[in-house]
Amino acid sequence: MLSKRIIPCLDVREGRTTKGIRFENNVDIGNPVEMASFYYEAGADELVFYDITASHEKRNIMIDVVRRVAETIFIPFSVGGGIRDVDDMRNVLLAGAEKVSVNSAAVKNHKIISQGAEIFGSQCIVLGMDVKHVGESVKIPSGYEIVINGGRKYMGIDALKWAVEAQKLGAGEICLNSIDADGTQDGYELKLTSLISENVSIPVIASGGAGKPEHLCEVLTKGKADAALIASMVHYGTYTVSEIKTYLDSCGVKIRKSW
Amino acid sequence: MIAIIDYDAGNLASVERAVSYLGFKCIVTNDIKTINSSERIIFPGVGAAGAAMNSLKRLGLDSIIKQTVIDGKPILGICLGTQIIMKYSEENETPCLKIIDGSVKAFPPDIKSKDGGRLKIPHMGWNGLENIKKHPVLSDLHEDDEFYFVHGYYPNPNDSEHILGTTDYGISFASVIGFNNIIATQFHPEKSGRPGLSLLKNFCMWNYS
Repeated sequence: MLSKRIIPCLDVREGRTTKGIRFENNVDIGNPVEMASFYYEAGADELVFYDITASHEKRNIMIDVVRRVAETIFIPFSVGGGIRDVDDMRNVLLAGAEKVSVNSAAVKNHKIISQGAEIFGSQCIVLGMDVKHVGESVKIPSGYEIVINGGRKYMGIDALKWAVEAQKLGAGEICLNSIDADGTQDGYELKLTSLISENVSIPVIASGGAGKPEHLCEVLTKGKADAALIASMVHYGTYTVSEIKTYLDSCGVKIRKSW
Repeated sequence: MIAIIDYDAGNLASVERAVSYLGFKCIVTNDIKTINSSERIIFPGVGAAGAAMNSLKRLGLDSIIKQTVIDGKPILGICLGTQIIMKYSEENETPCLKIIDGSVKAFPPDIKSKDGGRLKIPHMGWNGLENIKKHPVLSDLHEDDEFYFVHGYYPNPNDSEHILGTTDYGISFASVIGFNNIIATQFHPEKSGRPGLSLLKNFCMWNYS
């Protein structure tokens, strides 16, 4: 049976891994290539890199990081952050990423999903969604709204509607990030995750809020997620991927045990 | 030299990187002379069956691959490459290379796990192998080893002798197929960590005779 995936997420700024809370106050936590190698050996099932480099001029640093990661690890990894068009996608995929993740650019221009899927295949295209709970309204029937620009700009788009639309456009996977839970280590947004996962047929990666193994167990069972993103809880050495997997196995969650 | 067949079916650099990492010489190529003079070939690919078959025919590679099977040179199919060696694919209703008898089928849309849970399509992620036949390329597998899959269609050989391993995703499907000098995996060994690299290494050293 298919295993649930445990995916460490590395935020990379100008070639270094950083970590912040609710997208703010980022601190340096290491070399992304070394960290990728470490997590690969530690049993991570996949990795996610977000390029949060502020300036356009320094984006090429990320391509170099992607190339070095691809030479070092032999599991899938995706790269997101600042992907604006098909050329950006091509650069990242040719450098060795398995998947590319689009977020703000796809909200502003839906075609980037269909174009990417057509050229590179749906399996390459991950839709990153940053979502905030705003309460149900006529405009936002699910109560969850799409935000962009690191959680600063509300788009007036219903998260559930957007997820379904993105799947139709050709997205192969959704990485669903709760801005409310991000960096808090208080647990994933279970209601949001199950809502999206039950209404699309593509895999959903839950993101934001992981602090202890119990949180992963919840989101992979009650939350109906296909995979769980983790960051702080492993970046600071609080837990290892192996410890998390041992716990999930004891809860009856199917995970990859051998690596 | 190992020839990695390039027929415009996705990014083949990851296969090249993994084989090079293992210390074997390889080249991504669609040049018939280079392919013919290689010691073994890898036939990878992601994408749709229809477009892939068109590219193979346009490049004249369909007959080369069939001839290689007859010649006895080791061949490794990966993902779409594995599906293309079948007789026919339901995807785009495509007649394929007919190296192995049987068709490529779509996972049913209402596919469910044993406990009744809805399964998503494509089958994406890590999954294990069962019913593994004795084969030099599969010799180093451990019991819990899993491999990385991304696919909505699966090969369904008519002759069970051609099935070298199966995987469970609501149904039990053939995830490793082959006979004689050809072995083909539905999963991506180049993206499957230690067990994947071990399988690739075994293929690169396989002396079929």
